[in-house]
Amino acid sequence: MSENRVVLRVENLKKSFGDKEVLKGVSFDMNEGETKVIIGPSGTGKSTLLSCINMLVTPDEGKIWLEEEEVTSAKNINRIRQEIGFVFQDFGLFNHLTALRNVMVGLTKVKKVEKEKARELAMKELKRVGLEREAKMYPAQLSGGQKQRVGIARALAMQPKIILFDEPTSALDPELIGEVLSVMKNLAESGMTMLVVTHEMGFARTVSDEIIFMEHGHIVEQSAPEEMFKNPKNPRTKEFLFKLNELYGE
Amino acid sequence: MWVTLQITFLTLGLGLVLALPISFGQVYGNKWIKAFIAGYEKVLRSIPELVILFLIFYGFPRIGVRFSPFVAVVLGLGFRSSAYQSQIFRGAINSVSSAQMRAARSLGMTNLKGFINVVLPQAVRIALPPWTNEFTIVLKDSSLAYALGVTELLRQGGYIIATKYEPMLIYLTVAAMYFIVTLIINRGLGSVEKRLAIPGFDVKETVR
Repeated sequence: MSENRVVLRVENLKKSFGDKEVLKGVSFDMNEGETKVIIGPSGTGKSTLLSCINMLVTPDEGKIWLEEEEVTSAKNINRIRQEIGFVFQDFGLFNHLTALRNVMVGLTKVKKVEKEKARELAMKELKRVGLEREAKMYPAQLSGGQKQRVGIARALAMQPKIILFDEPTSALDPELIGEVLSVMKNLAESGMTMLVVTHEMGFARTVSDEIIFMEHGHIVEQSAPEEMFKNPKNPRTKEFLFKLNELYGE
Repeated sequence: MWVTLQITFLTLGLGLVLALPISFGQVYGNKWIKAFIAGYEKVLRSIPELVILFLIFYGFPRIGVRFSPFVAVVLGLGFRSSAYQSQIFRGAINSVSSAQMRAARSLGMTNLKGFINVVLPQAVRIALPPWTNEFTIVLKDSSLAYALGVTELLRQGGYIIATKYEPMLIYLTVAAMYFIVTLIINRGLGSVEKRLAIPGFDVKETVR
C-alpha cells in the first residue's frame, strides 16, 4: 500500500464560538488507507474539528488540504465536499426518499450521474453495508442501525477520498451499535481512509491505526492504539482512559 | 358562481405568489427582512377582512388610486391570504430538520439545490393540509365581495330573492353551492395528499 501518501493535512486549526475557543490550533495528517480515531471528553471540539474539515463550519485560522488542494481557500467548496464523505451522529437521512434514493441523490443531483448508472452504484453500496433488501424502504421504516448504514452507503457512493464519522453510533441503542461498527471495520480493512470521532474503545483499539486524544481544543496525545492503551504518556490521557475503563469495564 | 370561483382562484393565486417569497424571507432573510415581514403579517392578520376591503376600495381613491370592486376584492383578500399562506409555508420549511440540510451540503449540494431536492418535497407534503384549509377559507371569504357590490354567488342569490321572494330556499341553495365546492376542494387536494403520502411521513401528525 502507498502508506505515505497524505490524503488530509490539518494545520494549526482554530475556531471560536463567541468568546469560547473550541479549537486552539489542531494539526495532524492522514495517510491514504489510514483509520484514525479521535477520542476525548465531550465539548472538546472533536465534532467541530470534523465540521471544519469539510467547511460546514468555517475555521477562524489554520489550513486544511485534501491531497494537493487547499480546502480552506477553495473557491468551489461544493466540489471538494463531494470528495469528503460525512457520516452524522443523527444520520441526516432525507426522510422523503427511500434508502436507495438517499444513496442515489448525491450521484444524480450533484455528480450528474445518469439515473440507471446511479441506481446501479447505489445498489452496490447498499449491498456493501448489507441493506440491499431494504432499498425500497423509507427512513421511518428502518432501525437506527440500518439508518446509519444507509448514511454510510450514501457517503461511500460519492467515491470520497476520506470519510469523516461524527460519533456514528452515539444515537443508537446498544444492540444496534455492533452492525454499524462491523460495517466500518470492513471499510477500514478495504483501505478506505477514515477519521472517526467515537467513544467506542473496542473499535478504537482493534481497527484504528492511530488514536488522537483531544481535550479543551488541543491534541493532547497521538499514538498507535497499543501504545495509547498500555502506556499513555500524558497524565490527562491516563485519567480519561481510566475513567472509560471504569465505565465500560474493558 | 363563476365570479365567486374567479375571486377565490385569483385571491389564492395572488396570496401564493406573495407568500412564497415572504416565507423564504422569513426563514432565510436577515433580521431587517424578518422584522418587516413580521410587521406585514401582524398588520394584515389583525384587521378584519371587510375593513381591508373598504380601505382599498373607498380609502385608496383619496390618494388617487382607484380600483374596480372586483380588483379591490382580489387585492384585499389576496394580501390577507398571503399573510396566512406564508405562515403555513414558513412552518413547513422549518419543520424539515436542519440536519437534513447539513447532510445535503456535505454531499456537495448548494443551498439552493438542497432546498429544491430536500426541503421542498417535504415542505409541500407538510403544507398541503393547512393550505387546503386556507383554500376553503378564501372561498368562503369571497362572499365579502358582496359588500363592494360585486355580483358573486351571494349577491346573485339576493337578486333572485328580490324577484321570487324565497329567501329560505335561495339561501339554502347558495349555502349548498358553497358546501359542494368546499367538498370538491377538500376531496381533490385530499387525493393529492394521499398520492404524495410516504410511509412514516405522517403529514397530519406533523401539522397538529
